[in-house]
Amino acid sequence: MLKQCEGSHAVAEAVALCRPEVICAYPISPQTHIVEGLGEMVKSGELTDCEFINVESEFAAMSVAIGASAGGARAYTATASQGLLFMAEAVYNASGLGLPIVMTVANRAIGAPINIWNDHSDSLSQRDCGWIQLFAETNQEALDLHIQAFKLAEELSLPVMVCMDGFILTHAYERVDIPSQNQVDAFLPAYEPRQVLDPNEPVSIGAMVGPEAFMEVRYLAHAKQMQALERIPAHAAEFQRVFGRDSGGLIHTYCADGAETIVIAMGSVLGTIKDTVDEMRKPENGGHKIGVLGITCFRPFPIEAVAAALKQCKRFVVLEKSLAVGIGGIVATNVRMAATGMGLRGYTVVAGLGGRAITMKSLTALFDKAGRDELELLSFLDLDWKAVNKQLVREKQVRRSGPVAEAMLRDLGAVAARNY
Amino acid sequence: MLQVRIHGRGGQGVVSAAEMLSIAAFEEGRHAQAFPSFGSERTGAPVVAFCRIDDKEIRLREPIMEPDALIIQDPTLLHQVDCFAGLKPDGYILINTSRSFEALGLGGFVKGWHPERLCTVAATELAIKHVGRPVPNVPLLGGFAAVSGHIRLESVEKAIRAKFSGKVAEGNIAAAAQAYAIVRAEMMEALHHA
Repeated sequence: MLKQCEGSHAVAEAVALCRPEVICAYPISPQTHIVEGLGEMVKSGELTDCEFINVESEFAAMSVAIGASAGGARAYTATASQGLLFMAEAVYNASGLGLPIVMTVANRAIGAPINIWNDHSDSLSQRDCGWIQLFAETNQEALDLHIQAFKLAEELSLPVMVCMDGFILTHAYERVDIPSQNQVDAFLPAYEPRQVLDPNEPVSIGAMVGPEAFMEVRYLAHAKQMQALERIPAHAAEFQRVFGRDSGGLIHTYCADGAETIVIAMGSVLGTIKDTVDEMRKPENGGHKIGVLGITCFRPFPIEAVAAALKQCKRFVVLEKSLAVGIGGIVATNVRMAATGMGLRGYTVVAGLGGRAITMKSLTALFDKAGRDELELLSFLDLDWKAVNKQLVREKQVRRSGPVAEAMLRDLGAVAARNY
Repeated sequence: MLQVRIHGRGGQGVVSAAEMLSIAAFEEGRHAQAFPSFGSERTGAPVVAFCRIDDKEIRLREPIMEPDALIIQDPTLLHQVDCFAGLKPDGYILINTSRSFEALGLGGFVKGWHPERLCTVAATELAIKHVGRPVPNVPLLGGFAAVSGHIRLESVEKAIRAKFSGKVAEGNIAAAAQAYAIVRAEMMEALHHA
């Protein structure tokens, strides 16, 4: 059924259709509306056979999800930013134990400086935690990916993180097609755990493992993620049969045939990139041979699919909402591994950190420069160099230069944050 | 594509207004995208929300920097925020006030523009009268249906029913309808004098 609603509401409805049995919730912006929506559904009786547990922290949220999942329940939680960091130890345990928890991460920057706006720093800080990570481009895809996530998680006995851009998607009202319970039931079978804490058949989960077997257990986690590379496209195909929509999968390309420049990105910025590419491809705007590669599945990283998508291009531009301080791009590093030996020119562009708007105007200038190979290997979209240099000079001149964030705000004369 | 930017203050239902506008467009079978600009969410602080309406899927996610239309929910913002930043020449402007554009000091800015696209309505008073609360967002949507001509008043009513129920819904619908009528009359007069 078509509906005009908030992204968070669409996700809450999707999760409810997946018949979760335990939902642990701790509020943090911009995720809160999702678990609030689910809480209302449990309270009103719309969502039955589900325990909604308000916990005291994100660490507790993931710990309760681990307990519930080990007890054989379909478990769900959601978080963002510092919340994800606070639960990090339990996040690793969930995957290490092979528990198929599904978690939404409403992507938000990580402090300090404290910032509630969107970028991908939170999810990408956990890229090696053993969870599968899927990134949604639209609210429809966010909704669809949650349904696919439960199936994937339970089939492989691995947790799945569905990442959606905080505010940009979670708080956006747009059209979504909400599936029927019958459709979801046809796609997602009842949870059949590989391991379960059952008093009638006692087992222990979470043994200490020494050097004699630790590497093997870790390798098996890697092998399972490699299996996901085959299961994800299969699930997307099955999803299309049941729901009639192309959603999910490992990657998506757009105008990539014959493109000399391929722009690579994840999440909602792909929409703005596609509009920019459409304009730049028009003959009156120079007829640029430029296409797009959207990465839906970041973990496991689809090395072969990315390499295949880049086979015919001359150069790629990775536009990412994350910064690995001290080296540059995170997504770009992964893409470069996929492109090893292909002889391509690759550019990393860090953009949109902490909610900085990514505009068609800036993207057009950026891609134009990339097409002429005039881009530096690592660049920062719309960085205010004047402000940066002023601070660098100050730090050279004065020992007690004071806190950086406060100095930036003072120089800007900013009284309140704004992003338009 | 019609791009609308709504300026107001925390507590005036700025974000809800953008959401309801998107629902109204959806009710007419169109694609719409509403989203807030999160900054200072405190009551009374300046707030901005955006709405795009189109006949095809909307992929663009940048904030609206060059709006076709502006709704200004609080005229005191005119002295504090650059509400008109990027507004396309000859755009639509609807301001919540009982004063005229000239009295607000905007006469020079909009000189030569289509006068029927520049309207004011005392939406806060209409909200107090019909709903009992000084929240001007819904009557302004009724007025916007009139001034922009892009959304039908019936669609605004449907959007109101999607967000509210009972007496609050009925009061808001009455306020929106009166605002629509006031703005229509204003437009007719402007055309008559033009």
